Amino acid sequence: MPKTSAAVTQADYIKAYRIMLLSRVLEEKLASLYRAGMIKGGVFLGRGQEALSVSVGIHLHRGDIFAPLIRDQAGRLAFGDTVLDTLRTYLGSQLGSMRGRDGNIHRGRPRDGYYAMISHLGAMIPAVSGALFARRLKGESGVVGATCIGDGGTSTGAFHEGLNAAAVEKLPLVVVVANNQYAYSTPNSRQYACADLLDKAAGYGVVGHKADGTNLLDCLQTLRRAVQNAREGGGPQLVVADLLRLVGHGEHDDGQYVDPKLKASPLGGDCLAIAEHHILEQKWATAEEHASWRSEVETEVNSTADRVRREPTPDPEEDDWAALSCPEYREHYATS
Amino acid sequence: MITYLEAIRLAQQKALATDPRVFLYGQDIGSFGGAFKATKNLSKEFPGRVFDAPLSEDAIVGMAIGAAIEGMRPIVEMQFADFSTCGLNQIVNHAATLYYRTGVPCPIVVRLPSGGTSGGGPFHSQSMEALYAHYPGLVVLTPATVEDAYTMLFDAVALDDPVIFCEHKFLYNHLKADALPETSLPIGKARLARAGRDATIVTHGAMLHESLAAATELAEDGFELEIVDLRSVKPLDTDTILASVARTGRLLCVSEEWPWGGVTAEVIARVSAEGFGLLDVAPMRVNAKDTPVPYHPDLWSVHRPTASTIAAAARRLLLS
Repeated sequence: MPKTSAAVTQADYIKAYRIMLLSRVLEEKLASLYRAGMIKGGVFLGRGQEALSVSVGIHLHRGDIFAPLIRDQAGRLAFGDTVLDTLRTYLGSQLGSMRGRDGNIHRGRPRDGYYAMISHLGAMIPAVSGALFARRLKGESGVVGATCIGDGGTSTGAFHEGLNAAAVEKLPLVVVVANNQYAYSTPNSRQYACADLLDKAAGYGVVGHKADGTNLLDCLQTLRRAVQNAREGGGPQLVVADLLRLVGHGEHDDGQYVDPKLKASPLGGDCLAIAEHHILEQKWATAEEHASWRSEVETEVNSTADRVRREPTPDPEEDDWAALSCPEYREHYATS
Repeated sequence: MITYLEAIRLAQQKALATDPRVFLYGQDIGSFGGAFKATKNLSKEFPGRVFDAPLSEDAIVGMAIGAAIEGMRPIVEMQFADFSTCGLNQIVNHAATLYYRTGVPCPIVVRLPSGGTSGGGPFHSQSMEALYAHYPGLVVLTPATVEDAYTMLFDAVALDDPVIFCEHKFLYNHLKADALPETSLPIGKARLARAGRDATIVTHGAMLHESLAAATELAEDGFELEIVDLRSVKPLDTDTILASVARTGRLLCVSEEWPWGGVTAEVIARVSAEGFGLLDVAPMRVNAKDTPVPYHPDLWSVHRPTASTIAAAARRLLLS
């Protein structure tokens, strides 16, 4: 059974909330830049999932491993990603971590334990597991690896193989499922037939945790418990948080297929607004203080975007066009 | 005498003994020693470094990728090359893209027991080198000798990039050598397996030995075939191929793979594009038939190229 973890304090809550707010403001900026045609490629937002996502990133330490998915801007920021690198990657700056070679949510710094997702869902589960396996072989303990996925991703073979293999090795892995009710346009009724995604935990022999994805406190408490469990040798943890994706799949999608009844239900609550209300109600901050938090992050986001827009874009003449790290094994095609 | 299979086992033993970053992960490779015994006794000799994996090719390769990012040098065994399609996504979309995308190399070795054996059938006989060579970011090796099986596998582990190691099952126990070499040609260099003046055969894997037999047969009629053993299909040693074609003026490409878009197609495309003037006649190729690999030995032995079909093709090439 999960042990009792330290209570989530007011300071913890405020810290998490302010990262959520930064994430929301940053994503609003990304949407605006997308509408202005300034983003190279797609924009995929995490609106409605910030409470869950931030709760993952905030409980990981330096030296842990995090492989976020597409709606994890808040978790990324909590783990150490920056507004600057986010904007660089979306706007195609040469100075971004992906140097224009990959974009938007496919960014990371693997050397810092911040893995760059591939689009194929479930694939990061075995990768994080392998990283944890390596740490164990090197004699390191107390490391946790976390990765996020959605309801749709739980249907993939990689999810099954990865979680099963992690369970066999009893790795300190936390798999976080944002059960946001839709995989692109596909509702859960067409995605799985179990009563609850949490039921899968028992099937794999891993510890399951359920969270209310609209409730920051519940998310923080749940992830604190799950991460601590994993860190203390409790093996893989499966966290399932119910919530509703409050945006389309990407900004190209208006999400008109989302059932209005779901939107009106408690699942459709906006975790950021709920947390803001909680902070004001608890008198942890005044309305003026809250307004200053928002204007502070708006200033940061806007000034960073202005800076990044002036940065160089990748130069095809400068790219070495090399997929191998060893120069002596690179092919040279006379036809190209 | 050391077999090709034993050479593969010994290369892994040497890698484990000399590099603490190396570990082995795959199905049945622990105390059982692997379906072919390529890891026999290694789990006993190196406790805690040889691990049985669940029946999950995607997870096996994915685990290797994560471990490689963290500085390890995993060698994973696909029980048969054919099953690597279940791990294809991790190989081609994750391992192969990692360095280009993130600047972090992915030093994994994926061992593929490849190619046909009598009675293997459609799902235990495939040659997959062209499939993997198609993707940028992978090194694809096809050792044809005991010596190369040993040195190239050891070299593959030291390489910072993902390596698809296509070891040929037909050669596992057939092929023997007296001793193992200390040094070898570097990865990426082809080897002149036989010198000749009349035509060049470019081949790899088990087809090297069928081609050598064909060359012996033709030598009785006074034709001298030169044979280039590619060793590595990616990178492909175009220089050695062109140098040979420059000497002979005739090119026959032989591969156990299916014909469409395979190694023979690539070699002929390069020679045609870069050495058209060296060719006296149109190049030819011999591949497996364009069907799944049949089970029955009578069908299988005709499905794949053999010394006699290679010799017949070479005669046509020499007389054209």
